[in-house]
Amino acid sequence: MTQPDINLSPKPGDEVRKTTCYMCACRCGINVHMKKGQVAYIEGNRDHPVNKGVLCAKGSAGIMQVNAPSRLRAPLKRTGSRGSGEFEEISWDEALDIAVGWLKPLRQKAPEKLAFFTGRDQSQSFTSFWAQNFGTPNYAAHGGFCSVNMAAAGIYTMGGAFWEFGQPDWDHTKLFMIFGVAEDHDSNPIKMGIGKLKARGAKVIGVNPVRTGYNAVADEWIGITPGTDGLFILSLVHELLRSGQVDFDYLARYTNAPVLLDEETRLFQRNEDGKPLVIDRRTGKKTPFDEKGVRPDLTGGKGKHLTVFRLLADRFMADEYSPDAVAGKTGIAAERIRRLAAEIARVAFKEPVVLPIRWTDFRGETHDTMTGRPVAFHAMRGISAHSNGFQTCRSLHLLQILLGSVETPGGFRFKPPYPKPSEAHPKPHCKVRPGHPLDGPHLGFVHGPDDLALSEDGSPARIDKAFSWENPMSAHGLMHMVISNAHAGDPYKIDTLFFYMANMAWNSSMNTEEVIAMLTDKDESGDYVIPHIIYSDAYSSETVAYADLVLPDTTYLERHDCISLLDRPICEADAAADAIRWPVIEPDRDVRPFQTVLIQLANKLELPGFVKEDGEPLYRDYADYIVNHMRKPGIGPLMGFRGKGGDDVGRGRPNQDQLDRYIRNGGFFVAHVPEQAQYFKPWNDAYQNWAVDLGLFDAPQPYLFQLYLEPLRKFQRAAEGHGERQPPDYLRGQIREKLDPLPFWYSPVSEGLEDNGYSISAITQRPMAMYHSWGSQNAWLRQIHGSNPLYIPVQLWQEHGFEPGDWARLTSPHGSMTAPVAPMAALNCNTVWTWNAIGKRKGAWALSSDAPEANKGFLLNHLIHELLPPKGDGLRWANSDPVTGQAAWFDLKVRIERIPGDAGPDPDFDPLGSPVGKGPVELAWEVGND
Amino acid sequence: MTDLPQNTGQKLGLVIDLDTCVGCHACVVACKGWNTENYGAPLSDQDPYGADPSGTFLNRVHSFEAYFDDAPAQIIHFPRSCLHCEDAPCVTVCPTGASYKREEDGIVLVNEADCMGCGLCAWACPYGAREMDAKAGVMKKCTLCVDRIYNENLQEVDRVPACVRTCPAGARHFGDLGDPESDVSKLVSERGGVDLMPEQQTRPVNKYLPPRPKDSKAVMHGDSQLEPVATEATGLIAWVDRMLEKLP
Repeated sequence: MTQPDINLSPKPGDEVRKTTCYMCACRCGINVHMKKGQVAYIEGNRDHPVNKGVLCAKGSAGIMQVNAPSRLRAPLKRTGSRGSGEFEEISWDEALDIAVGWLKPLRQKAPEKLAFFTGRDQSQSFTSFWAQNFGTPNYAAHGGFCSVNMAAAGIYTMGGAFWEFGQPDWDHTKLFMIFGVAEDHDSNPIKMGIGKLKARGAKVIGVNPVRTGYNAVADEWIGITPGTDGLFILSLVHELLRSGQVDFDYLARYTNAPVLLDEETRLFQRNEDGKPLVIDRRTGKKTPFDEKGVRPDLTGGKGKHLTVFRLLADRFMADEYSPDAVAGKTGIAAERIRRLAAEIARVAFKEPVVLPIRWTDFRGETHDTMTGRPVAFHAMRGISAHSNGFQTCRSLHLLQILLGSVETPGGFRFKPPYPKPSEAHPKPHCKVRPGHPLDGPHLGFVHGPDDLALSEDGSPARIDKAFSWENPMSAHGLMHMVISNAHAGDPYKIDTLFFYMANMAWNSSMNTEEVIAMLTDKDESGDYVIPHIIYSDAYSSETVAYADLVLPDTTYLERHDCISLLDRPICEADAAADAIRWPVIEPDRDVRPFQTVLIQLANKLELPGFVKEDGEPLYRDYADYIVNHMRKPGIGPLMGFRGKGGDDVGRGRPNQDQLDRYIRNGGFFVAHVPEQAQYFKPWNDAYQNWAVDLGLFDAPQPYLFQLYLEPLRKFQRAAEGHGERQPPDYLRGQIREKLDPLPFWYSPVSEGLEDNGYSISAITQRPMAMYHSWGSQNAWLRQIHGSNPLYIPVQLWQEHGFEPGDWARLTSPHGSMTAPVAPMAALNCNTVWTWNAIGKRKGAWALSSDAPEANKGFLLNHLIHELLPPKGDGLRWANSDPVTGQAAWFDLKVRIERIPGDAGPDPDFDPLGSPVGKGPVELAWEVGND
Repeated sequence: MTDLPQNTGQKLGLVIDLDTCVGCHACVVACKGWNTENYGAPLSDQDPYGADPSGTFLNRVHSFEAYFDDAPAQIIHFPRSCLHCEDAPCVTVCPTGASYKREEDGIVLVNEADCMGCGLCAWACPYGAREMDAKAGVMKKCTLCVDRIYNENLQEVDRVPACVRTCPAGARHFGDLGDPESDVSKLVSERGGVDLMPEQQTRPVNKYLPPRPKDSKAVMHGDSQLEPVATEATGLIAWVDRMLEKLP
């Protein structure tokens, strides 16, 4: 039989343009194959340090994001009431004039009356620079409702966090434990890493109430009770300490375990230069920890002096952390905890990884090898989005450090610019001077009461109350509190809310229904309580409908961006790396990149840092800023191709060809860490010197891991009545108890408030093929996740007599809602869950009103309040972590009832008017050949 | 009726590792993208922004639960596409000869010019691996990216199916399963790769690597518990001091 002739070598395109993905926060390199100026196919870039050629479902579906009918087309001015979705399209000149008309008087009289919060912003070093020069203290991105517990606990404890700041040593790890991760920022690297472990048969243990995704492939699954991870971890610590299975040498050399504590204040004993003291085992004398050759004594001279190690041995060897004591609450059998501790100890200490690499530490000692403990951990929102999340994340870091598995072969490794101790970060700034910039960066790391962002009367200086006594270490701000505080005028009223890329009128707010009411509420004179709302987004999201002025952003393929070392870069443990986006296609609509719009606003407002003395603009657009802005002499947003000839790395003058060089290099730049600098980075001379050369910091800054976190003790001391700055009385107890300088576990703060049968945990998981709200407008991705049942454990399913096709009513202390249900066995027996952010409001995202996302999809947000139910003390306590203010999404407890048949959604919202119309009824997206 | 080749030169196919697949759907969308732009009619989507979006996909991932008497339930992510069977009933059932198996490499394809959209092949396939494109009215199926694997416009390293190139976990492998010395054949042999529904006697070329045992004694490595050196802090401190004294 003759076979047909087929074209085996079609051209994938006439050109490949290499840029950076923005379908989630992973920021992979992509090859965009173009045909006739149109996007024909997107695949991963093999040379890129993040994804090395692979690409997830979201990334491959980018082509459907770029043609999505939900794309905004032109600036919009509201014509109907807020929430109606009625707008008129206006010119950019008019849009910028409106914005300047609101902002200019604020800057002159009361800059704090602008609250500028950016959501999934990948240009925070730029947007914060803008806000700082505007002069408002009210700026942050979305970390407060995302995972600030993880970032803050990691940076305070060990100078870096999981997240995208570090990674397991995938090539050497023999045992990998992953806590509370359904999907993560490091989406492709985690999959690639797990693939490596699987290929060589290393064991993966998944700790998650839900056995999907990474937990599904785990060799062992621990279906823990939500909110008890800290208890489980500290029970492992208990077992390891009791058996002497911790890395004493590592603890003595690299952590504050041997640091001496003052018996009375429990602050560090320090010398006159402020250096913490240890007992030197060679002399038996008190000596600064970093003196050359010092051998710190863990036990303080046979217990004569109080050391951190003695304190922690006391705490964690106590019976409250024994496996028998924690088994009931965690849902993990005591014998299993004992066995896991034995397994971890065996791999760490009987199967070490020893690399023949010579290196020198900060005390001047040279080591012939690098010895590591090949037990690696990763964790994310599942452990951090609880009101005990900060201390839980600290507990996990304690476990890693006791094992000696941080920055050692086979363990957890930092990615440049980390490791970086909390002292090397800025402190928060909040001093307002009308007509002038703020006195420094908004966000940072506090080290005691003196660093809080308070007004002269002691009230919070920021609209979100970040860095106040309610949550002193709120390093990322509290975006989720902005609307309710602005509406309440607490601590003060604001004039203009300016949001970027955060769906605050829907899935990014707790208590969605009331937040919508706050956005539309009017005062007695008929004016909106929040006078002006400006919103920038590329798509017709729910929040667009609540703005007075909409500034339409481009898609990610139509813009310049930089993934900068000044921001949240894309480094690997072996290399510093940064990247750009560039317009691989031109917009076919009247839209502008948001960062360029900020520059245009800054130029009109004549903001310092953006204009010269004479008011002449410094930057034409964001691309111009990326190339020419310098944060410090020689240090700009991009590290590569600096200097006149483009040969300087890290430090160097601006180079006008820099973006072209990046484009020719595949859209990114990599600077490799030398071999002798690849581990022990916080203490490794070779690494410290390399980092200084690159411009990551200006002088070597070796430091100790902080098992005992002295800044927390300083807050406790204030609560005990010491010092000038004093907390309000009602917070003293909370600060004394929760801001403990050693990790500990406490029940989530909402616990015990609900005696009315709210006993079932309700949580969400992020699907791998969707990113928050963005995926639903994507014709391909919404066919994978178009609705989201509430998964119910089989035993509860049977107890309640559920049948397929039923719905459930879920009730929390705050509210009630309905959801379609499905049974599941691979699930903690007292937990229900659903996929995150699939539910949409009718009329949004250019979906039809009968779309499953709006009729079967749902949000658990309706059940979660930003405040806890009244306790009867006349106060309303935040539903957040008392250390950082992180939104406690996963503390939610519900009661469940069966509703036979299809109940439909409740609450059910009126459809929003769509400023973009609806999508086509059929797609066959072929760019085609000539 | 359409004849199958007596023997094919190679037996190109996929090996899919069910122990490693995390169910991320990367392969699903990479396939959709490549095959919308390439080989034959684009893969269309009906009602893409409406109540019942339904498009043509050549590869789908199904997730299901597996239950055990003595271990917790598991979720298996199961990618499903054409298995390029040696005894492909979809070929022999085709009334026009549009459905065929290539002699040189065993890839099963549809010649869209000859396909009248009768759908018999989809009925004949026991794996549900064929999808009628509602817009084009022709039968679509996995081509094993025949227009990539020999494509002289791609770098050699990229001459693999789109799903294999994109898989982040490395759970998909491509090669000649007719050659016992190929990497894929060795992988199948080492990991006990299996045919899907062998009782159908279709002799699939694609193989699945079964999930390794989980949650069982096989992954516990014989650990039980640690022996205490002290039961309270003072005892531990004394033990540490004794231990450190022994060090030089």
